[in-house]
Order: sequence, then C-alpha cells, then structure tokens
Amino acid sequence: MQLTNRSKEVSNKEMTMAEKMYLPAIAQGLAITIKHFFAKKVTIPYPEVKRYLGPVFRGHHILKRDEEGRERCTACGLCAVACPAEAISMVAAERKKGEENLYREEKYAAVYEINMLRCIFCGLCEEACPKQAVYLRHDKLVPIFTERDQVVYGKEELVEKMSDRYIRTNPDAQATPTEPSFSRSAT
Amino acid sequence: MELTELIIKGILIVVLFGVTLLIAMYSTWAERKVAGFIQDRFGPNRAGPGGIFQPLADAGKMFFKEDFIPSQANKWLFILGPCLAILTALMSSAVIPFGESIRYEDLLIPVQGVEINIGILYVFGVVSLGVYGLMVGGWASNNKFSLLGAIRAASQNISYEIGFGLSIIAILMMTGSLSIRAIVEQQHGFAWNLFNQPLGFIIFLTCAFAECNRTPFDLPECETELVGGYHTEYSSMKLGFYLFAEYINMFVSSAIIASLYFGGYNYPGMDWVRETLTGSLGAATGHNLATLVGTIVLFGKIFFFIFFFMWVRWTLPRFRYDQLMNLGWKTFIPLSILNVVVTGFGLLYDVKYASWAIVIVMVIMAMVSSARAPKPAVQPQRT
Repeated sequence: MQLTNRSKEVSNKEMTMAEKMYLPAIAQGLAITIKHFFAKKVTIPYPEVKRYLGPVFRGHHILKRDEEGRERCTACGLCAVACPAEAISMVAAERKKGEENLYREEKYAAVYEINMLRCIFCGLCEEACPKQAVYLRHDKLVPIFTERDQVVYGKEELVEKMSDRYIRTNPDAQATPTEPSFSRSAT
Repeated sequence: MELTELIIKGILIVVLFGVTLLIAMYSTWAERKVAGFIQDRFGPNRAGPGGIFQPLADAGKMFFKEDFIPSQANKWLFILGPCLAILTALMSSAVIPFGESIRYEDLLIPVQGVEINIGILYVFGVVSLGVYGLMVGGWASNNKFSLLGAIRAASQNISYEIGFGLSIIAILMMTGSLSIRAIVEQQHGFAWNLFNQPLGFIIFLTCAFAECNRTPFDLPECETELVGGYHTEYSSMKLGFYLFAEYINMFVSSAIIASLYFGGYNYPGMDWVRETLTGSLGAATGHNLATLVGTIVLFGKIFFFIFFFMWVRWTLPRFRYDQLMNLGWKTFIPLSILNVVVTGFGLLYDVKYASWAIVIVMVIMAMVSSARAPKPAVQPQRT
C-alpha cells in the first residue's frame, strides 16, 4: 500500500564525499528548524485565549426564563429520569396566588440541584425537557471547584439572570441549517 | 592606589562570576524556550511573564527533592563528582577577556578575572579536569549504566581534546601568544581569525560541542542506551549541579569561540566609537563607555553561539558511538594537522589566507564526488 509519493527506498550504498562531510545536510537541517523557529505557533495559550467551541458545545447548565422573566421549569422530573449519571434532583411546589409573574406554570421547582461531580455533560436533560427550560450553555464552563461543598449547584447558580440572558446561537458563527440545535434555539 | 585597584578588581571578579551564573541559569530557560519555538510550541510561559521565573522554580524544585545516595555507593566520591564538575566549569571563565579595560583616574584595569600569559592552556587544562567530575560521579554511583556513561564521557573528551588542541595551534602560530587577551587584541577591528582559519573554526566548534557533551555528541547521557548515563543515580541539587555545569561549560565555550575566532570584544568601527566617546565625554567616562560597548558586542556574540548550540541540539539526532570516534580520530585529527601544516606554509611564504586552500579543495572534491556518484534509480510507483 502506498500512501504518499515521498517514500524512499532505503539503500546501503557508499556515501559520497559531500555526504560524508555532513555539513551540507546539517545546513539544510538548520534551515528547516530556523524556519519553524519563526513560524506561527499552533498552541492556544488556554486561560488567556479561549477558543470558540461551536454552538453545540455543552457547558454550564442554565434554567431558562421566558420572555416575561418567568421560570420555565415545571419540575416534571423528566430531566432527572433522563440523566444517566443521576446528577439532577428537584423538589416540586405549587404556585401560590400572586406568583404568576415568577413561574410560568402552576407547578414549579422549589429546589433544583445538579451535582457537578456526577454530571457528565451529555446533554440528555436538555433533550428530555418538554418546556425548553434546561440548557447546557455553549459559552461558559463550570468553574473549577476545590471543595466538595462547592459541587452541588442550586437554583441561585442555575436560573438565568434577566440582566444576562443566554442565547444559544452565536451571531459570529456561520450556522449550518441542518444543525438541530439551531432550529431549537433558546428564546 | 594598590587598595583601589584591588577593590575594583574584586568587584569586577564578583560581577563576572555573577554574570556567568546568571547566564548559565537563564540558558536553561532559553534552551526550553528555543526547543519550544523550534517545535512550533511556546515553551515555558507560566512562571512570570514569558516564563522568566522558570529557572527559579526549577532551582526550587531541585533543592526540595529527595537527596538520595545509593547504599553501596562510595559516599564521598559520590558527593565529590558534581562538586568537581561545577568547580571546573566555573574556574574556566576566569581568563576570558570580557572587555578592554576600565579607567579609574590613572588606573587601567583589564575587564578580565585574571590575565595570565598561558590563558588558553589554562582553559584546556581546566576543561580536561572537568571530565573527572563525570568520571568520579559515574564510578562512585556503583551502577553499570553510570559507569558506562562515565567511560564514554572520558573517552569522548580525551579523543576530542586532541582535535580541539590541534585546531587552535594554527591560531597560536599566527598570533605567537597563548594569552587570550593577546589573541583578541590581534583581531582588532574586523581582522577576525575566522577569515584566516575557516577550517580551524569548524573543527573547533564541533570539538566544543563534543567537549560540552551536547547533542549531537551527548553519548554520555544517551538515555536510550544508558538510562541516564553518568548521572543515573543522582537526584536533587547534585543532579542540578551536573546539568548546571553543562550550561556553564556552554557559556564558557561560546565565550572562547567568540574570543578566538570572532574577535572577542572587537567590532568594525571600534576606533571611531572610542574617539568619539572620549572626545565628547572626557577620557575616563568615554573610555569606560567604549569598553562597555565592546563588552556588549562580545556578549552578543556569546549569546549567538549559545543560541547556535541550542539550535543544533534541536536539529541533529545523536551520533552513534563508532561514528563519533571515527569523526574524532579519522577526520578531525588529520584535518587539523593538515591545517597546521598549511598554515605553517602560509606563514613561511606570507600567504595569510592559506587555510582557505584546504576548504576550496574539500569543496571541489565534494562536488566532484557527488557529480560522479551513480544517480539513484527512480523506483516505479506501485499501485
């Protein structure tokens, strides 16, 4: 099998005088390495420069609100059932009178917790959600934790801030029409 | 007056010593940086801006690692090995002239650790002692791989010292002095020895690589064959001393190469610079500033050669041991003897550039032989 045209047959022939002197070959080699010395580096210095990971990257979880700022989640528990790592747990509660501007439906999640040590960021919760409430952000990673009590994320960390709304599509990125995440983009 | 001279000399020696250590320290950083850049990476860039504190971090790591001495090893020789290596490495920079002279009132003090009239012999002597460090350390480790590495180091250094010494004999013949300062002063302006002794320079450079145990001649620490070579059993700062000694040796050889072949602190137009500075700033200040410019030029040359050492290290693969010995004994020694003979003829008949004759003959021979070589048959493509 031949992959490239650059392969050379190995021979054991006597070297010529020029080859025995090594110097021309060494000069050639030095020219190649100095070219690489000034070449553009391929490394991305990570914490300072972050690469755009694409619109389908699965990062930090978010519990979406709707256009009027009401929480979408109804604590149906489908995400918890779908979760293969059993990272999600929740406590449901009934919406009281006067809380209509807080919660979209009659039922809501009083407690919604994701254990980030268990989560494998598979995105099945996002797919299971019938209310388009839980999403995995494409633009934010879960921060590093050093203690176990920092691991469980509650509603304070998860529910979307109205001042900082999350939109899945990136205007800078060229959208491919066949990408399912775009057609289902968060509002 | 005696006291002022002593004080200035003392300060000078301390500064030169410190600069040697600092450059050796930052050579470790530069080596990794150059390696990274040649391999399309960044190299160390986490500790401080551009990784500038990396040597400190490395030294800290070295100091705090476990200092291990094998139970069957000869303890005192085991400790003596790295001490000898670093001692001899530090000693050799004493005779290198780093600049012309400092003028203080009526005193003229040469920028040099000590001026001795056998400077180059002193360097050779000290460099030869350096092999004791490797040999003692490798033997005292009580480990076959260490011993093999040490033997390799010893035989390699001894073999290359002959070529090393013979290649500078041509220079000594042309200069008529063993003092490095005298050799440098003869290359005043742009009359660098490189232009008279191209072959000697190439032999000297290659032998310097071998003497420093640097790639492509780093057989003593050939990890694929010898685990770690002579420092297999070493850890902590003892290992650090061995590695550090290598970098100091690299700095010293760069300085020697720059002094012997590239004119040391001489540069074209130095007389004009000196006259302008002394004319505008007064005798003492102008003189000292002109000396400083020369020193900076010398350090530029030294840095270039240190870079060249690294550049070659990340370009060439390691030689095989028989290739190394063949190159040393069958190529460099005859060539350098020929160079001495031809230079002697040149001196006799007053032809300054006689050494170029060998280079030209070699180039012609190489061209003829590659023209006469059978062309490699083009292999038909198999599909």
